Amino acid sequence: MARAAKVLLNVPEIKKDFPILQRTMRDKPLTYLDSAATSQKPKQVIDAIVDYYSRYNANVHRAIYELGEESTREYEGARERIAEFIHAKLPTEIAFTKSTTESLNLIAYGWGLKGKLKQGDEILGTVMEHHSNHVPWHFVRDMKGATLKYVDVDDEGYLRMEQYDDLITKRTKVVTVAHVSNVLGTINDVKEIAKRAHEVGAICVVDAAQSVPHMPVNVQDLDCDFLAFSGHKMLGPTGIGILYGREKILEETEPLLGGGEMIREVHLGTAKWNDVPYKFEGGTPNIEGAIGLGAAVDYLSKIGMGSVRAHEMELTAYAMQKLAKMEGVRVYGPEDVTKRGGVVSFTMDKAHPHDIASILDVEGVCIRSGHHCAQPLMERFNLSATARASFYVYNDVEDVDRLVAALEKVHEVFA
Amino acid sequence: MRQGGGLTSDLRELYQEVILDHTRNPRNFHELKDATNTSVGHNPLCGDRVAVYLHMEGDTIADVSFVGQGCAISKSSASMMTDAVKGKTRAEADALFDRFHTMVTSQPGAPVDTKALGKLSVFQGVCEFPLRVKCASLAWHTLKAALESKEGTVSLE
Repeated sequence: MARAAKVLLNVPEIKKDFPILQRTMRDKPLTYLDSAATSQKPKQVIDAIVDYYSRYNANVHRAIYELGEESTREYEGARERIAEFIHAKLPTEIAFTKSTTESLNLIAYGWGLKGKLKQGDEILGTVMEHHSNHVPWHFVRDMKGATLKYVDVDDEGYLRMEQYDDLITKRTKVVTVAHVSNVLGTINDVKEIAKRAHEVGAICVVDAAQSVPHMPVNVQDLDCDFLAFSGHKMLGPTGIGILYGREKILEETEPLLGGGEMIREVHLGTAKWNDVPYKFEGGTPNIEGAIGLGAAVDYLSKIGMGSVRAHEMELTAYAMQKLAKMEGVRVYGPEDVTKRGGVVSFTMDKAHPHDIASILDVEGVCIRSGHHCAQPLMERFNLSATARASFYVYNDVEDVDRLVAALEKVHEVFA
Repeated sequence: MRQGGGLTSDLRELYQEVILDHTRNPRNFHELKDATNTSVGHNPLCGDRVAVYLHMEGDTIADVSFVGQGCAISKSSASMMTDAVKGKTRAEADALFDRFHTMVTSQPGAPVDTKALGKLSVFQGVCEFPLRVKCASLAWHTLKAALESKEGTVSLE
C-alpha cells in the first residue's frame, strides 16, 4: 500500500505566482522537474527587476543623485538579506559574482593561485563534484604544482568518510565538497568535513549550489570558510551568484577582476584594492541580478526554508517509492530521504536517458538527461548518462504522477 | 511498439518499429580488424560516443562497422547508416549524408526524397525534434571524418 504523501506547502497557490507554469507544452500542462538545472521565477522576482529598471535604474556606489542612492540601497539591501539567509556574521562576507562557477574560480584563483598555495600543497576534493568544482582546481594544480586528491563514494552514493583519515595530511590546504550532489542528491556532512580540514589548518570550500536553494543553511554552524551558490537555482535571475567567505579569509583573497569599483586608489602602474567584498566586484555589477535575488530570498524566507526542505523530502520519498515499483528502473543515491535532497537520478534498462527525456518532453514533462556536468561521478558508476527529475516549491504529487505516467509511455515505446 | 496506446503521432513517427529494431539488434556492430579508416565521434551534450570503422578498396567502402553507446536514435542511425553505405563510393556516401541531413533538419512536413534515401527515410520524424538532430547525425559526421582521414590513421573527434 503506497504511503500517501503529505504535501506541506500550498502548491496550487504557489504555482499561481509563477507565470511560466500557466503555459502548456504541446497542449499538456507544463510539468517542470528540472529545478536542479535552473528554477522558474515567481512574479515577485520578475516584478522586482522590472521595478528597478522602471523606477530607479542608476549605477551603484557612484551616483550623487537620489536615483543612485536608491539603487545602492536596494543592491546593498539584497546583500544584507542574503547574508541573513545563510546566517553569515556580516553582510560584507557576501560578494556578488555571476555564478557558483565564478565564485569557485575566484576562490581557486584569488585564494589559491595568487594567494596561499605553494608547490606540493594538497587539495582534497570528492568524486561527486560538479565540473565547476573540479576544473578550477586543475588550473591550480597545473600552475602551482599542487596535488589533487579525491574522496570516493560508496555504491549507495555516500561519501566514504573514512577516507578522510588517510587523505587529509599536513600538506592539505584546501578541502572542498559539494553540500548536496547534483546527481545523487546526497547531503554531505559538511560540518564534519570542515572540522577535519581545520584540524590540519586547511580551509573548507563548499559548493552549495544544490543546498542553499532547498534547505536551511547556516554557514556559522557548518563552520566552512568559503561557500558558493547561484541565484538562478533559487528562484532568482541568471547571471548572479554568491561568494560567501569568512571575513579574515576574504581579506587574504586576491581579486579576480581588476577595474572600477574594486579599487581604493589607482596611480600609473599601481593600485590599492577596495575593502571586502567590493574588491571582488570589479566593473558595474549585475544590479538587477542582485535585486532579483534579494526578492527571491524574500520569497523563500516567507515560505520558510525548513518547510521547503520538508516539502521536497515528502515529494522525493513519494517519487522514489513510485519509481522503485516500475519495472527496469534503477534509482541512484541514498535511499534514506533524510540524507538526500530533491534530486532523483534514474536509468531504465531498455531506454537511454536521452530517449526518456524526449518522450517525457512530448508529455509536457521536463527532466534532465545526460552526465549532469559530473563526468567523474558518472565514470565511478560506470554510466554514460542518467535521467534526473528534481523538485522545488512549485511541484506537487500530481507532478510526480505525471512523471510516472510519462515513464509508462517510455515503457510502451521500448517494450 | 504496441500500437493503439496513448502515444502521440509525433512519438510514433520518431520511434518507428524499424528504428527500434536497429536499436535492439544493431547491424555491423563490431570493430573491423582490417580497417583502413577509423574515426571516433563524441556528443559532449549527452556523453554518446561512436567509433566508425571503414575498409576502403580504392574509392569504395568495401566494409563498414561501428561500436559505441548512445540513445535509440543515435544507435539505430549508426546501424542503418552502415547498411546504407556499404559498397558505396565516397561521393555516393557524401551525397547520401547531405540528403539525410537535409531531411532531419527540414521543416516538418517538407517533401522527402524517399527514393534516394530508401530505408533511411524512417528518420523523417527527427525533424519534429530539433534537439535530436545531433543524435541522428553523430554517426554520419563520424563517417565523414573517417572518410577524410588518411588511410590507416585514427582521428579522434
